[in-house]
Amino acid sequence: MGGYALYVWVSYGVAAVILIANIVLPKYQHKMMLKTLTKKMQRAEQLK
Amino acid sequence: MTPIRKKRLLLIVLMVAGVSVAVGFALKAFNENLMFFFSVTDVAKGKAPAVKDFRLGGMVVNGSVKREDGSLAVMFDLTDNAEVITVYYDGILPDLFREGQGIISKGKMRADGVFEADEVLAKHDENYMPPEVAESMKPKKP
Amino acid sequence: MMKFIYMMASPPHFYRLAGKWLPWLSGITLLLLAAGLYGGLIYAPTDYQQGESYRIIFIHVPAAWMSLFIYIAMAIAGAIGLIWRIKLAETVAVCSAPIGAGFTLLALITGSMWGKPMWGAWWVWDARLTSELLLLFLYLGVMSLYSAIPDKRVASRAVALLALVGVVNIPIIHYSVEWWNTLHQGPTVTKFDKPSIDVRMLIPLMVMAVAFKVYYVWALFLRVRVELLERERNTQWVKELLKMNKG
Repeated sequence: MGGYALYVWVSYGVAAVILIANIVLPKYQHKMMLKTLTKKMQRAEQLK
Repeated sequence: MTPIRKKRLLLIVLMVAGVSVAVGFALKAFNENLMFFFSVTDVAKGKAPAVKDFRLGGMVVNGSVKREDGSLAVMFDLTDNAEVITVYYDGILPDLFREGQGIISKGKMRADGVFEADEVLAKHDENYMPPEVAESMKPKKP
Repeated sequence: MMKFIYMMASPPHFYRLAGKWLPWLSGITLLLLAAGLYGGLIYAPTDYQQGESYRIIFIHVPAAWMSLFIYIAMAIAGAIGLIWRIKLAETVAVCSAPIGAGFTLLALITGSMWGKPMWGAWWVWDARLTSELLLLFLYLGVMSLYSAIPDKRVASRAVALLALVGVVNIPIIHYSVEWWNTLHQGPTVTKFDKPSIDVRMLIPLMVMAVAFKVYYVWALFLRVRVELLERERNTQWVKELLKMNKG
């Protein structure tokens, strides 16, 4: 990379981190959301 | 569209227009402060501050770079194709610094008319091409 | 016509539709990213002036374009939400903010990584850099305002207004390099003349730009699905969905 390797790879690395975070985070939140909502629903049904 | 929606749309358009006009006037008022550097002609016309530090931008004149032996100090002429100012700088130059390159230096005018810089930044242009294309675009020597 | 739009924009319909699209969006994004990276890092030639350091352009410029594009999308969705009170539009506006903030941050960091070796400075307060930093603060303002107001529908309206006020910053960012003298270069691609970049560099740049656009839709759909579930948690369709999931 002609002496600029550090700058170039840090740029591509930061890109990877940010792009992956914006995919993994909502996927995790989706899973958690389904879990909590299911639990809530089950609890509400038991009370009936 | 129902009347209420029309009203909302109109309000939004008015709000965005109002903010734009206000910001436009503000930017116009502070136009000078938004300039990152003074051109060589600006300085020759006396627009730059006399005592305070300011930034001077221009093109390094071909063949004008003189280095002092045994130190980092360098002298070169800066031009905007109308006026010329000599710059003195003692420090590390950016990789892109070369003759014919646009640069921006920060510093003060000395009494002898030389600009003493304590920082030199290189400004690259918006052209991107491989070296062999750049070579073929150069005017042929007679 | 309006009826059709309302049906398409109904939360249960969109939730299902987005779910079906997700595998396609992820596949297309990854393919385009792979092609763009190959083009940018291997196929594109070295620059005559900046050497290899210019390869940051393939991240920096598409990210900066996305930071503006997503802001405009967010403001338009916000305006549609304000005028027609369509829940899906409100959700799209709100969910765009973190993705846009990510791209803005990416543009700023990669710009810094490019500025240090080429200009000789990590950061300068010229008009382009300062207005792009302001854009990051606008995104962060939208995100924190939304989380500060408990009622999601009220919050959506407040956020849409803030986003619309901030729209004025978009032309300022774009034209900053022409209106004022800056350290940042002028436009290479988005100008009336022919782009001043070699075609072997332009192609990977455009592939990356399209890849980031598809990525945005992907990331947006993921977020919108979470947000719709949360907002609609007491409705019949979410309950049915949960029962199906359990069973």
